Amino acid sequence: MNRLRAATAAVCVAAMMAGCATTGTSASTSSTSSSSPPKPLPAGLSDDRRADPFPSTYRPIGSAPTAIVGATVFTATGQRIDNGTVLLRDGKIERVEAGLAAPAGYAVVDGRGKFVTPGIIDAHSHLGVYPAPSVPALSDGNEVTGPNTAQVWSEHSLWPQDPGFNTARAGGVTTLMILPGSANLFGGRSVTVRNVPSRTMQGMKMPGAPYGLKMACGENPSRVYGGRNQSPATGMGNVAGYRAAWIKAANYAKKWDDYYAKLEKGEKADAPERDLQLDTLAGVLRGEILVQNHCYRADEMAVMIDISREFGYKISMFHHASEAYKLADVLAREGICTATWAGWWGFKMESLDGIEENAGLVHAAGACAVIHSDDETLTQRLNQEAAVALSAARRGGIQIREEDAIAWITANPARALGILNQTGTLEAGKRADVVLWSANPFSIYARAEKVYVDGALTYDRNDPRFQPRSDFQLGMGIR
Amino acid sequence: MSRSYLKALACAAVLALAASPAMAETVAIINARILTAGPQGEIANGTVVIRDSRIEAVGANVRPPAGARVIDAQGGVVTPGFFATGSQLGGVEVGALGNDLGVNNPDISAAFDVSYGLDPSSTLLPVARLGGITRAVVMPEPQDGPGGSHAHDGSDDFAGSGPDSVSHALFAGQAAVIQLAGTDILVKPRVGMVVPFGNAGARVAGGARGAEIVALKALLQDVRDFARNRDAVRRGNYREMSLSIADLEALVPVIEGRMPIIAQVHKAADIRGLLRLAREEGFKLIIEGGEEAWMVADELAAARVPVLVYPQSNLPASFEILNATMENAARLERAGVTVVIESAEGGAHRARETRYNAGIAVANGMSYAGALQAISINPARVFGVGDRVGSLEAGKDADVVVWNGDPFEPLTQPTALFVRGQQMPLTSRGIELRDRYRNLNTAYPPAYTD
Repeated sequence: MNRLRAATAAVCVAAMMAGCATTGTSASTSSTSSSSPPKPLPAGLSDDRRADPFPSTYRPIGSAPTAIVGATVFTATGQRIDNGTVLLRDGKIERVEAGLAAPAGYAVVDGRGKFVTPGIIDAHSHLGVYPAPSVPALSDGNEVTGPNTAQVWSEHSLWPQDPGFNTARAGGVTTLMILPGSANLFGGRSVTVRNVPSRTMQGMKMPGAPYGLKMACGENPSRVYGGRNQSPATGMGNVAGYRAAWIKAANYAKKWDDYYAKLEKGEKADAPERDLQLDTLAGVLRGEILVQNHCYRADEMAVMIDISREFGYKISMFHHASEAYKLADVLAREGICTATWAGWWGFKMESLDGIEENAGLVHAAGACAVIHSDDETLTQRLNQEAAVALSAARRGGIQIREEDAIAWITANPARALGILNQTGTLEAGKRADVVLWSANPFSIYARAEKVYVDGALTYDRNDPRFQPRSDFQLGMGIR
Repeated sequence: MSRSYLKALACAAVLALAASPAMAETVAIINARILTAGPQGEIANGTVVIRDSRIEAVGANVRPPAGARVIDAQGGVVTPGFFATGSQLGGVEVGALGNDLGVNNPDISAAFDVSYGLDPSSTLLPVARLGGITRAVVMPEPQDGPGGSHAHDGSDDFAGSGPDSVSHALFAGQAAVIQLAGTDILVKPRVGMVVPFGNAGARVAGGARGAEIVALKALLQDVRDFARNRDAVRRGNYREMSLSIADLEALVPVIEGRMPIIAQVHKAADIRGLLRLAREEGFKLIIEGGEEAWMVADELAAARVPVLVYPQSNLPASFEILNATMENAARLERAGVTVVIESAEGGAHRARETRYNAGIAVANGMSYAGALQAISINPARVFGVGDRVGSLEAGKDADVVVWNGDPFEPLTQPTALFVRGQQMPLTSRGIELRDRYRNLNTAYPPAYTD
């Protein structure tokens, strides 16, 4: 609690400081103090609680008011609305209601016999950092140069021309979290992007979405660094590595807290030296950066939870998490989401006990289940992967409704990414991220027909004008 | 209460099966929509009779024989058992621990025969059965070639990249057809010779794809010389050969047109080149991968060359597949090419997803009947077991699956499954894990549950 309060205070100070930075001249001219006021640090030397140095330039594509009428709507709040109308206006969901006629001036989309869901959110993607074509020059997702690379940000590897963004959108994906790979204990920062074609990474970066920190348990770090005869070479080496890093991060965070506290009191203070690696870890300790923890085994998850307690941070989601079902009660109690597959298992020892029922069992225990892809092909059909998980649950007598399971690929990943206030459900006021499906999205035959991002039609299966292609694909081969 | 009673019943059923695995019996599956994948096509409501290991009758007007055990499909669907083609089943347990399907040995390349090393007790077989898979075409894996399993968690680029010195071997070895039941799972060995082409072929040939064709022509000439001068070669009274005697012997059926080359090839230009090579050298050809095969569809149809496809490929993941499209299967079908649908990533742990891939092909324009054939009778025929299995026809092996709905749909599950007439329990190691951990609030630790 104390830590949280201190963190909140620090955030406020940071906000004030950020304000100072933009109005620096007026602040100094209005100063009446005889002693020279502390000069704000240049942005690049301040710790990370200041403004984002790589700010989003994303702007929604302009759109006309649209009414999707007569569809079966899964709102991802547990509701199924038959003969539903979904109104999109000014980039936002305006209204979702059964039997509502399209208001005058709205473009009408006939949804009869079709289904509407929120835009799909892929909580684990490497699009852009492991793009197609899969060639060394572009395979930029793993900074395999040391077990702690918290200082790297996936957004700086992201190639916006990855054709996979377009094919993902054609599968209904409107938001993705792009993570660094899992070679390291701390792989670096993730970035959450809007799935729109863009010249720049910043043009996709989702405003207001918190950063994530990719951490990795288990076989990958110990295999990679053990293979180089350095630490970590074992599971226990992994844990020592996490803890040592958090000790440093806590000290670093305290230095900056002390610095800002002194500034607040008008005392003279020397700014600590900025450290990009510790910036990110300190951001986690302040609760601003969400931990996205690659972790397959239940016993390792339990250890990671203890580490998070020891250093006072929260794990947002375990990724891959093949054994989450063995720890579902704990995950429910701790409020930690589980991002997993239905079909993947057995490709390595730590995934040996992965079962199709994982998401269903986690869901049934009252915990937050997410179906993710980690794959440029699977991301195109997360709805079907969710169907496989749902079917396996039902096979085992666990009855889960489709209107609840749809949350596994919409509302629940939004929650784990810290963007549920913006998207992930069809609720008035949220971003109009919407998919119109040709059939029930839990069917293998369902295809995304229209995909809206912030109310704008970004994909239309029946209209080539809304099937964008990457620069890479121009002039290459036959369409 | 009732659930534990049901569980006890299920256990009893499993025990009964285990106690008498080869029990001969007659089974009639009634009240079923039957998708035969054979000459009878679809039967809206009919009966399938299984006697011992064979299908005895299939039809709308078939009566259950007296004394038959009757399974009421309750309006569900009955299909032949499906094939996992391009599979590692029986040859792998945990992907990262390696498999028994790849050989890096200068004396054993073409001669490598996967059928000798397959494991009938692999835990992957029951898992695949839960997806309706009753047969698999197990293929050897080229060195430093495509396929194989990789860790799907962003660790690909440090997973190791195969042997440092690729052998001169162009041949991965010989594939086999297996069944997913019994202690002897081998159905038919040596059904095809796997050879990587394109980028992968260029790598094993020294760097350029053109070099592979030259090397292959020279090797096949050696095989012809060997076939005509076996004794001299064996005695050492002949010029030096580029392959071991075992490898030369294994390639004789290829030059005689009896064993097809399963060419792992992707790019349209490479496929065209292969069609010409096959004509010149007189070998039979099967295309595996074939992401750009749709661009060569008419030529493939004319040459009667079947194509094994993965219907989800649609990204320009390499410069070999810039024209990959999910409509590949549909376009090949329209041109009259025999299409076989594979599952992904070696078709081992994920072999159970084969039925979804058939559905994805349908969602992208393939006919339903064509997609069904592409995972049943087509692979059976392409790999030489079409007279025994692959469709529901009287006299064939009773590989039969009962489903509670459309088998391509994820929300459908199998309710009964037979391999050569033997009903297999619908369970797996995964199901046992589910049952062990479905209730986490037990007095004793989960390890005490069965």
